[in-house]
Amino acid sequence: MSSLSQALWVLLLGSLLGFELIGKVPPTLHTPLMSGANAISGITVLASLSLIAQADGNPALLLLGAGSLAFALFNVIGGFVVTDRMLAMFGPKSSGPKSAGRNASSSNPSSAKS
Amino acid sequence: MNPTVALSYAIDLVAVLLLALGLKGLSKVRSARSANGLAALAMGLAVLGLLMQQQLSLEAWLWIAAGTAIGGLAGLLLAQRVPMTAMPETVALFNGCGGMASLLVAVAVALFQSTTGTLSDSAVLVERLSIVISVFVGAITFSGSIVAMGKLQGWISTPGWTQSQVRHGVNITLSVAALAGAVALPADPAGPALWVLVAASTVLGIGVTLPIGGADMPVVISLLNSYSGVAAAAAGFVVGSQLLIVAGAMVGAAGLILTQVMCTAMNRSLVSVLFGGALGASAAGHVGGGGDEAGYTRIISCSAEECAMALGTAERVVFVPGYGLAVAQAQHTLRELSKLLEANGAEVSYAIHPVAGRMPGHMNVLLAEADVPYEQLIEMDTINPEFPRTDVVIVLGANDVVNPDAKSDPTSPLFGMPVLEVDQARQVFVVKRSLGAGYAGIKNALFELPQTAMVFGDAKAVLAGLVSELRELGVGKKPAAV
Repeated sequence: MSSLSQALWVLLLGSLLGFELIGKVPPTLHTPLMSGANAISGITVLASLSLIAQADGNPALLLLGAGSLAFALFNVIGGFVVTDRMLAMFGPKSSGPKSAGRNASSSNPSSAKS
Repeated sequence: MNPTVALSYAIDLVAVLLLALGLKGLSKVRSARSANGLAALAMGLAVLGLLMQQQLSLEAWLWIAAGTAIGGLAGLLLAQRVPMTAMPETVALFNGCGGMASLLVAVAVALFQSTTGTLSDSAVLVERLSIVISVFVGAITFSGSIVAMGKLQGWISTPGWTQSQVRHGVNITLSVAALAGAVALPADPAGPALWVLVAASTVLGIGVTLPIGGADMPVVISLLNSYSGVAAAAAGFVVGSQLLIVAGAMVGAAGLILTQVMCTAMNRSLVSVLFGGALGASAAGHVGGGGDEAGYTRIISCSAEECAMALGTAERVVFVPGYGLAVAQAQHTLRELSKLLEANGAEVSYAIHPVAGRMPGHMNVLLAEADVPYEQLIEMDTINPEFPRTDVVIVLGANDVVNPDAKSDPTSPLFGMPVLEVDQARQVFVVKRSLGAGYAGIKNALFELPQTAMVFGDAKAVLAGLVSELRELGVGKKPAAV
């Protein structure tokens, strides 16, 4: 860690930001918000990736890193897709057939991810 | 600073900005969906920025590919296939895996990569403490979420001993063991203390989640979600990533606020959810006792035909959907019925209790799936004054959220919880499989009121019966526009 106090400032400001961002949430959005925030907490992928990058050929480290990467990505990708599926239902409804709308919604999140 | 590093810093900053905007947008109906996409984009950028900074060997790329393929594919498939009714347990599962990821990172660093040096060096001390926090919170998040999922799925019940004082003893013992591991770990990160901490924290996660009743599970999941943010932030300290720290802290704080909002909606305090045991389990007088029907004395039951006749003449109908409706997959049949009533000239709306379903907002998702117009979903505070001028209320698989005892009986365990005041309506039909107790195991005074009639049966079968009865009565045929 380059600078400890810097990291602590980041922690403090990040927490304050989190408290401020979620103000008044309509009950309708509690479930999607929880699910979306949950997907963001899968940001541990970054830690997993740097673990693998710095493993230096140590097989145990590579295995642990890849394992945590799999868990974290399961959380991230699953979380964002499931949130999108929920939120797609609140969107403006086209009067067309329902199944068409749903297919369009499920193909969207995969394209949003790089 | 070389250009690549500068660029990756810039990418990190943009990613943080987008994550914050995404989280903010998720709390407004109109922007929620694009905000979710924004957050996903931010995550992609963050990964890109990190990969740019690192010089990766071919071997590393192969391991990354393997982890990505397994985790990403499993997540994608599950997320696309899982039915909307199972959303709460799915979120719990994803959340648990996030906790597991942080746990694995911390264990890996503790075993192989911890900085050498004495604890008097503050950088070393902070790293070791971060490992402790990451392991502890990560393990609790993982095992707690898995238990929560099992309970919501009905795989795990609430064992009797967890409702007695024994559980406090067990959990205190586990906490002491975890604390001992936490204190010993910084001096020797790869030693036995690590495993003591891992084991004690994991079992503690089970120990604290197991006694909590199913009705309180949404709050627990939300709290565990906040924990997984904390675990991610701790992992950020462990590997030295500021982006991880800021995102983890944001989710941790936002999750805490959301948990508080949910507790308020359910009129429960966080402390009583966590330490009070299952709702209703202590108030013996009010417990229906596992499907015991003897508790009720004045029950009027009626057929779908009678109910259909009442509906045929009603001018204002309110449906109160609950989890039972979702389980029966009856949303679409309900929509069909309400279209018929609307064609008959009746005003139809849906009363949504803040905690209807298994999670706040869950019912809105389920009804939206059945194409119920958003404007017809009315929240509790808005619809309660409307009940006195409502002709027919149909309660579908909801129970505790319509229990009038919550307003009038101070000895009821539900007392003080905001409920839908359906007892004010002229006529109430309760569609239910049997007289078994509700999710929280509490007797419902609504069922014995003179204006209440029970229609026994599966929600979907009853609704389909109502639709065909109404068609036979010729309801909804007169106007052309159906």
